[in-house]
Amino acid sequence: MMVPLSWYMVLSLAVFTIGMMGFLSRKNVIIMFMSIELMLNAVNINLISLSHYLQDLRGHILAFFVIAVAAAEAAIGLAIVIALFRNKATAHVDEINEMKG
Amino acid sequence: MISIGFFAYFAFAIVVLSLLVITRRNPVHSVLWMLLLFFHIAGLYLMLNAEFMAAIQVIVYAGGILVLFLFVVLLMNLREEMTISKYTGYGLTGFTFALGLFVVVFMALRSFVAAPPGQYTVDLIQKETHIKILGKLLYTQFLYPFEIASLILLVAIIGAIVLAKRRLKS
Repeated sequence: MMVPLSWYMVLSLAVFTIGMMGFLSRKNVIIMFMSIELMLNAVNINLISLSHYLQDLRGHILAFFVIAVAAAEAAIGLAIVIALFRNKATAHVDEINEMKG
Repeated sequence: MISIGFFAYFAFAIVVLSLLVITRRNPVHSVLWMLLLFFHIAGLYLMLNAEFMAAIQVIVYAGGILVLFLFVVLLMNLREEMTISKYTGYGLTGFTFALGLFVVVFMALRSFVAAPPGQYTVDLIQKETHIKILGKLLYTQFLYPFEIASLILLVAIIGAIVLAKRRLKS
């Protein structure tokens, strides 16, 4: 007996929601980056399960590119965190308020 | 029956581990829970007959990105982190928005209609092996996106060096 496709989609949705929750509520900028990785992984779960159930490999290719972009994003994001930490000596987003946003 | 059991375990573990990732106070603990989370996601990919994706999930995410995260976490001041509140003042707003997104997309999922199945059946993939089919597709039909991905990685390398380099005071 096969697991229905909708279960995978609900799992992916749950992980995406948790990642979004973490991104919107946490103070530490590194945990916010980890939440972004969580959301990208949720999308990958969805793509690969759809690709399995629709018998098509385009989902795998797309997930492959998502992983490549996630690696690039992590490198650049962490470089920004290092630059920020060097200039401000903080990693908390509520203490970075130069732009008065 | 056994696949449902496996899925139940993996789904439960993935949800619990992602909750642990976003709620731990110590970022090092978050990174380590995330390592376990990535292994579980790789196990889920194995259930979906995507061996190569499971392998690069472990190699790229667990082996590459998380090590990068650990390096940066160790640069921070963890003593201060232990004493102050974890959440910004907008925690409740974020929770509400995330819950709203969950409800809206969950309702939308009920009207999902699957497209007609394509040509890559499980038998074909098992006969040809996953990596071979994926490689063929990447170097023929998806050649331009593949090249663009390499360009993105080049931009990331240069960008990371430029951003993290210490500026010399002259």
